[in-house]
Amino acid sequence: MTTTYREAMRAALRQALQEDERVFLMGEDVGRYGGCYAISQGLQQEFGETRIRDTPLSESAFVGAGIGAALGGMRPIVEVMTVNFSLLCLDQIVNTAATLRHMSGGQFSVPLVIRMTTGAGRQLAAQHSHSLECWYAHVPGLRVIAPATLEDMRGMLRLALEDPDPVIIFEHNALYNREGELTEVAVADIRRAAIRRPGKDITLICYGGNLHKTLEAATASAESGIDAEVLDLRSLRPLDDETILASVRKTRRAIIVDEGWHSGSLAAEIGMRIAEQAFYDLDAPLARVCTAEVPIPYPRHLEQAALPQVESIVGKVREVMGQNV
Amino acid sequence: MSEFRLPSLGADMEDATLREWFVKPGDKFKKGDIVVAVETNKGIIDVEIYDAGTIEKILVEPDTRVPVGAVLANYVSDSTRMRISPAARRRARELGIDPVNIRGTGADGAITVEDVLAAAGPAAPSAEATQAYKPESSQETRREPGREAKPSSATELEPAAGMRQAIAAAMTRANKEIPHYYLSTSIDMTAVLHWLEQHNARRPLPERLVYAVLLLKAVALALRKVPEMNGFFTNGETQVHAAAHIAVAISLRGGGLVVPALRDVQMSSLDKLMTDFSDLVNRARGGHLRASELQDATITVTSLGEQGVETVFPIIYPPQLAIVGFGSIVERVRAVDGEPRVRSTINASLAADHRASDGHRGGLFLAEIDRLLQEPEKL
Repeated sequence: MTTTYREAMRAALRQALQEDERVFLMGEDVGRYGGCYAISQGLQQEFGETRIRDTPLSESAFVGAGIGAALGGMRPIVEVMTVNFSLLCLDQIVNTAATLRHMSGGQFSVPLVIRMTTGAGRQLAAQHSHSLECWYAHVPGLRVIAPATLEDMRGMLRLALEDPDPVIIFEHNALYNREGELTEVAVADIRRAAIRRPGKDITLICYGGNLHKTLEAATASAESGIDAEVLDLRSLRPLDDETILASVRKTRRAIIVDEGWHSGSLAAEIGMRIAEQAFYDLDAPLARVCTAEVPIPYPRHLEQAALPQVESIVGKVREVMGQNV
Repeated sequence: MSEFRLPSLGADMEDATLREWFVKPGDKFKKGDIVVAVETNKGIIDVEIYDAGTIEKILVEPDTRVPVGAVLANYVSDSTRMRISPAARRRARELGIDPVNIRGTGADGAITVEDVLAAAGPAAPSAEATQAYKPESSQETRREPGREAKPSSATELEPAAGMRQAIAAAMTRANKEIPHYYLSTSIDMTAVLHWLEQHNARRPLPERLVYAVLLLKAVALALRKVPEMNGFFTNGETQVHAAAHIAVAISLRGGGLVVPALRDVQMSSLDKLMTDFSDLVNRARGGHLRASELQDATITVTSLGEQGVETVFPIIYPPQLAIVGFGSIVERVRAVDGEPRVRSTINASLAADHRASDGHRGGLFLAEIDRLLQEPEKL
């Protein structure tokens, strides 16, 4: 079935709302306006104002309300417009949602799903374009996932709702308009990283909005005889060390493509895990392609220059391969 | 980068005219190699270099007059820290290759696994085979409840395949580089077996000797007479060793073989040798050999007698100089004092490196083993 990432997420929301009456969606402009990225368009007409709830512009208040509803037996899906705005509810997420199971000695769980957009590339400037998912991936008590394929965009929400603990879904805004062929939804997984392209020379580790760039870079590298393997993390917390290490032990080289800034990034964490656990399997220094350490610029050419691109990934691949190309 | 300068070849020397280079860019040299000839007022003098490394660039052409201290060439010293990836370092160790001689093609000129395999020779395992080779630390294919474990797409080789690859690399190198010559002789073992029977009859089972131990001792003692079978051929030079560290080829039940060494066999009593030998076989099959036992053998002995093989045509384990093969003990009719007699005999064969010795010496070596085995009580 040909569809877009936007439609895939909408279908996932619709299915969740249909299957479980405890599920409801709330967030800024999700109801009457249909969502700022039009994800929930038409859902309020279909499910009514009590299940598709518009909220005030107060992230702390409505994420807190979501936590309360989850504690009270509901299965809330809270949409936060972008990860930049989620800093206003960081306290609710980190100090409350992530800690309650621990602090109640296991008596309370918070089955809350928070959806956020992340990433740059649409000229939304420095307050709407950052990739701060690694901040959340730092926190025990949270599960952090990032769909990169249509199947995962369609199937991850249901798996997130099944989780008894808070789950944050990071949706890269550059994906929403992307169209593709949706195959089986059942292949979605929020626990295991996936090999999206098998290869033998180098492992390119990526997630979310950078999967397609990375796949393109792998195709381009193949023209110079480099057989790159592309690994889609899917889960940013916990990281699937087993799949990552198995791939790196096979190819003996790794590059991490991460739209976060490289200082203190997920790329840094993954690189360290590889160094700790697969040092003697490495045939080249670990490398990463991250975003330039600047607030994401507004002008298109500067924005594009700051982000990981197919060319910069291909360049890094060649560098790591040395003359073994 | 290091500099090779014109040394002062006498207090009165101020300059010299460079006459001939014996090395060119890319050439490896070792400490003491003659690299250049220069002409001084005392005539033409060959100049040695007192470092080991690789010539990078020749800076002074022949027939140029240069002062003492002038830089004649740039070279990369071996003492410079080597750029080699962790995986390549491990692979080189597995294959017994010294990475010093490998040219790196990886990032920043680092040596990679591919470079190690290329250096190991054409028969070395292909890159693909290496990738399929299961690293020691790899975990079991994950299995989740209710989820079928996917069959691996690549044919995964068992650890034994790594050993196969190492054997392949070493033997390919041996057959390619070492000019072998082969000799064989039939040795009368009647005296040995007779002596062993009497010797063992007086001893409890654990203290009894096997004839293999006498063969090893005889080989070790024969090396005293023909030492050029014992040692290494490296960098174009024969290094003869006095101590006989004899590697014993031990086949493993799971396939493959290891060749750990018994040290100082020439000095060991038969009883000690027996103890060491049993211990070595047990540990070889149990997988607890020490690295040193796999590194310093100066000669190898292989015995395929258990399989009923009459004669072995062995291949030298580089960089050793020789390997001795023993077949099984067979009763043959031999002439003894002009009469046909049935005697227990064993075929001893020798493969030796013709760069280090000639057939005449090899013949003496086998004859000495024969002579020693006729007087087992003296071993």
